[in-house]
Amino acid sequence: MKIAIRGGRVIDPSTGVDRISDVFIAAGKIAAIGAPPNDWHANKEVNAAGLVVAPGLVDLAVHVKRGTLATELAAAVAGGVTSIVCPPDTDPVLDEPGLVDMLRMRADAQHSAHVYPLGALTKALGGEQLAELSKLAQAGCIGFSQADAPMIDTQALWRAMQYAATFGYTLWLRAEDFHLAKDGSAHDGEVSSRLGLNGIPSFAETVAIARITELMQGVNVKCHISKISTARGVQMIRDAKARGLKLTSDVSIHQLHLTEVDIGHFNSNFRLSPPLRTGRDRDALIEGVRDGTINAVVSDHTPRPLEAKQAPFGEAAPGATAVELLLSLTLRLAESAKFSLPDALAMITSRAAAAAGIPGGGLAVGAVADVCVFDAGAYRHITAASLKSAGKNTPFIGYELPGVVRATIAAGHLAYEHVA
Amino acid sequence: MLSKKNLQLNERGELHHLLAIEGLPRKILERILDTAESFVGVNEREVKVVPLLRGKSIFNVFFENSTRTRTTFEIAAKRLSADVVSLDVARSSTSKGESILDTIANLSAMHADMFVVRHAASGAPYLIAQNVAPHVHVINAGDGRHEHPTQGLLDVFTIRRYKKDFSNLTVAIVGDILHSRVARSQIHALTTLGVPELRVIGPQTLLPTEIERLGVRVFTSLEAGLKGVDVVTMLRLQNERMTGALLPSASEYFSRYGLTPQKLALAKPDAIVLHPGPMNRGVEIDSAVADGKQSVILPQVTYGIAVRMAVMAILAGATR
Repeated sequence: MKIAIRGGRVIDPSTGVDRISDVFIAAGKIAAIGAPPNDWHANKEVNAAGLVVAPGLVDLAVHVKRGTLATELAAAVAGGVTSIVCPPDTDPVLDEPGLVDMLRMRADAQHSAHVYPLGALTKALGGEQLAELSKLAQAGCIGFSQADAPMIDTQALWRAMQYAATFGYTLWLRAEDFHLAKDGSAHDGEVSSRLGLNGIPSFAETVAIARITELMQGVNVKCHISKISTARGVQMIRDAKARGLKLTSDVSIHQLHLTEVDIGHFNSNFRLSPPLRTGRDRDALIEGVRDGTINAVVSDHTPRPLEAKQAPFGEAAPGATAVELLLSLTLRLAESAKFSLPDALAMITSRAAAAAGIPGGGLAVGAVADVCVFDAGAYRHITAASLKSAGKNTPFIGYELPGVVRATIAAGHLAYEHVA
Repeated sequence: MLSKKNLQLNERGELHHLLAIEGLPRKILERILDTAESFVGVNEREVKVVPLLRGKSIFNVFFENSTRTRTTFEIAAKRLSADVVSLDVARSSTSKGESILDTIANLSAMHADMFVVRHAASGAPYLIAQNVAPHVHVINAGDGRHEHPTQGLLDVFTIRRYKKDFSNLTVAIVGDILHSRVARSQIHALTTLGVPELRVIGPQTLLPTEIERLGVRVFTSLEAGLKGVDVVTMLRLQNERMTGALLPSASEYFSRYGLTPQKLALAKPDAIVLHPGPMNRGVEIDSAVADGKQSVILPQVTYGIAVRMAVMAILAGATR
């Protein structure tokens, strides 16, 4: 299929390109930008006048459960996302190469967003017996993770680092001390004290970061810390990077907009993991994104069935559906925190792809054609019905958010087109 | 944001649900106390029934067992001539949230006018209040460690009866503040009613993070905290707090935080002692204090009926 995207503002954060231009796509690749290739004739013309033409979004945290892959990939491309990193807490857990093969096969059959699986670091995510990392890597896992499951045994974590370092694999780790976070559902502070909710203290995160970075000090391993939530955590990662550790990190977009106060009257849509923290934490996270301490902004897309959220706050399942909102929430952040549009897009495209070591996130000629065409000035009203994901659980229900995706191209296929 | 709207008040600013003391205007608290005052008289008569809620159906739905609290709500409802049904809903561990709303939907189909709800999870009554028909009222009879508003109200009612005026009182709440819904309700009630000095006393392990943000002074020494107080509320210390790292033992707790006559002597001579019950004698309170002349623990129980009658009558609009 040959696609021409005409007259849009082409922004490629990976190269600094930001100009009105035409983009030509053929054979799944970016064929040309500016003048058309020789003998050009398009099967499909996209009029992008007044629109932004950006790399397809790269979302480093999209949880997919059994039977929901097609729906959630449809949600991803509706949100302009063309690459997702999928943590291993699928059902079943991605701890065997066959399961990874199956996931990739099913994903390919959708001709939708690219799926980059993280393999389970330990069997059944149990935190003890290492999974077959080499075999999983050969099956296509781009790194290894416990997802949100704990790794309580510090020696097991140390050994996992050594083994991963042997083969150059990256560990994707949550920074949350199991015992300090156990039973908690909200940030340990004034709001949890008022509401009588079990708290998760900030030091549940910082103790865990210290554990990871101290172990890394003696092991030449690459680690990616997922979903940072505290001001002190940002500073610790900044320091660890300055010491030369091979460390990258990300933050959930929710943490950049919301704080503990937003829980209001026990609204379970605001039950997230890690929990929403203070305004001071949010500000530090934004600055961490700005100075590159935090490499990427992720949606932490976690669709939940209605009944999992229709429960008292502490008993509700944590997480929010978000892959469709990542672009809009990033644009909103660009407004409120004064990021330029290219800088804001970098957090969810080029910077994310680089942190994960995966392709995508740019618009270079010859690269795989993953493109998101969106109207940055249009607003959308977020309702349950407006979300394509099976999960309707988001704190942003009822919001008016900027950014409407008009077309998403994944590997040269028109994967989504907005019908007005 | 929608979620922050005060669920408890209707569009005219009147009480529609009683979910928490926090956020209730002083006017409403005073109206409940004044109304309760009129019901104290009813409870002292030979015929202790008034027809205010005749024909109304009140469902006590206790997801967490409590014979005492449930009984006082039953008595209060009956004295208002309401039809009362009490259910001990066994908690399903598999489909928690679903079962709460399903239970409530089923009971709603039986035309309940009011639900009195107790649940082990903080916030459960909010979930219910958001899912009942607009004419149905919800009373929180204790949710997790969040609030127990009728207990807080009966505590301040008792204090007002003995001390008349809140504006020059020093009040201390002693013990397991962390796990106590009673403490939270009492703190909000007392600060709203204008108590100038409110203290919480306990070991750091039993004090919630940033509790001082609720307008209290924090003491970790019982002796220091009791100096010159007018009112002491002793909180129940549950047995399960004695396992693990919160406290070493009941006897060590008593040696530090148990209220004995000697320690009570540090308070003002006319200080009163409250306890929400049930008491652990020898753990948080010495029998000599519990049964002593400064104890108002039994009057609290009596006033509890009047306060719950007042809340039910006001919610049902029967006092206008």
